[in-house]
Amino acid sequence: MDIFGWLTDPANWSGPGSIPFQAGMHLLYSLIALLVAAVIAVPLGMFIGHTGKGESLIMGSVNAMRALPTLGLLILLVLMIAPVFGSNLAFVIPSLIVLVLLAIPPILSGVASGIRAIDRSVIDAARGMGFSTAQIVWKIEMPCAFPLTLSGVRGATLQIVSTATVAAYVSLDGLGRFIIDGRAANDYAEMAGGALVLAVLAVLLELGFAGLGKLIVSPGLTRRIRVKPSAQIEETETKIMSVARA
Amino acid sequence: MRLDWIINNAGEIWDLTLSHLWLTLLPTLIGLILSIPLGYLAFTYRRSYTFIVGGTSLFYTIPSLALFILLPKVMGTKILDPINIVVALVIYTIALLVRLVADGLDSVSPDVVKAAQGIGFTRLQTFFKIQLPISVPAILSGLRVVVVSNISIVTMAAVIGVAQLGSLFTMGFTRRLFVPIVVGLIVCLLLALILDRLLVLLGKVLTPWSQKGAL
Repeated sequence: MDIFGWLTDPANWSGPGSIPFQAGMHLLYSLIALLVAAVIAVPLGMFIGHTGKGESLIMGSVNAMRALPTLGLLILLVLMIAPVFGSNLAFVIPSLIVLVLLAIPPILSGVASGIRAIDRSVIDAARGMGFSTAQIVWKIEMPCAFPLTLSGVRGATLQIVSTATVAAYVSLDGLGRFIIDGRAANDYAEMAGGALVLAVLAVLLELGFAGLGKLIVSPGLTRRIRVKPSAQIEETETKIMSVARA
Repeated sequence: MRLDWIINNAGEIWDLTLSHLWLTLLPTLIGLILSIPLGYLAFTYRRSYTFIVGGTSLFYTIPSLALFILLPKVMGTKILDPINIVVALVIYTIALLVRLVADGLDSVSPDVVKAAQGIGFTRLQTFFKIQLPISVPAILSGLRVVVVSNISIVTMAAVIGVAQLGSLFTMGFTRRLFVPIVVGLIVCLLLALILDRLLVLLGKVLTPWSQKGAL
């Protein structure tokens, strides 16, 4: 059976273990991990960005996480945590922990560097107009930091979706199942079909984020005019720093 | 923990480390070489910038495992052929570097370029003697990210059965052994650290004028 045959086989489109089911599980696990990571990383990023304390912590965590092979981390955690839980939780919990750990650094650095990149005179002006610290954080810093925050979340999503695939190796549901099960059964059509669905899903998510950015970033922040090239490089570097990859 | 496992398997760990290095460095180098002309194109023809940078970065969103499996179909190679891993990493490397090459070239002051042309440099000379050297810090900062993340991505190939340090993880999983996993993690981190330091050194050699620079 070829990829097309596998993809169009009605048996693969309904019931547990079907393509929609695994795509749904993949998205569900990704969403949970992203939300937990955001709850931790956004306030922390706001604190670091606002106070300027602990920036080295961010760079350190971003770089360390990038160098740490996710597959090894995942397997290590599963072997350590599995004896504690009897049920499915034995691999669901460690997988989610790894996904959250991977998603924190990009979001954290997106929020913090977004706030740090704001022209200080803007904040001084707000203070001069009588804004309180809370108002400065919510009305100036967060909206201005939004584009970089969004690209941090985008990087985190990319990383999570990609790593959730590998988690199939330790039995987690998701689109990675087709790749791992297909490999075990020497069924290339299933592997490639699953990989194709996964690739399409990832690209759609990316395009969705790009569209979202165009739609909701304040027009005052989009750079229609040409910026100083040095500032542009800094921004590119921040963007690149915020994507880790699995 | 059975540390004698390390001694008994030192030979195999060494072999896996070598193939890991090979699978990381080859695609990084090819990717760098391809990124420079692509980045130059994106920089010279502004209209192609969005197309080239956007197009390549879209490839970056495809999970590595999916790419490892889809490439054999596209290229007609065998699924276990390491060439799939190399090509996938070349794609990721280009996706990250093209943008930095283009923006790096863009950061070179037009006055400097005009001055070079004024004293009779050809376009080729201007590029290799002026624009490229000045862009080195920007390109190198991207290269550091690429090398470190490539080391991590290569381990994924263990899941489909291509041997490198990641094989220590899968082996540890099937035999319920901690030692190989920890060894694999540590060697990967060491490789990343060493290659990163080497690139910083390379940067200092290539840009002797920026000794006080932040690199």
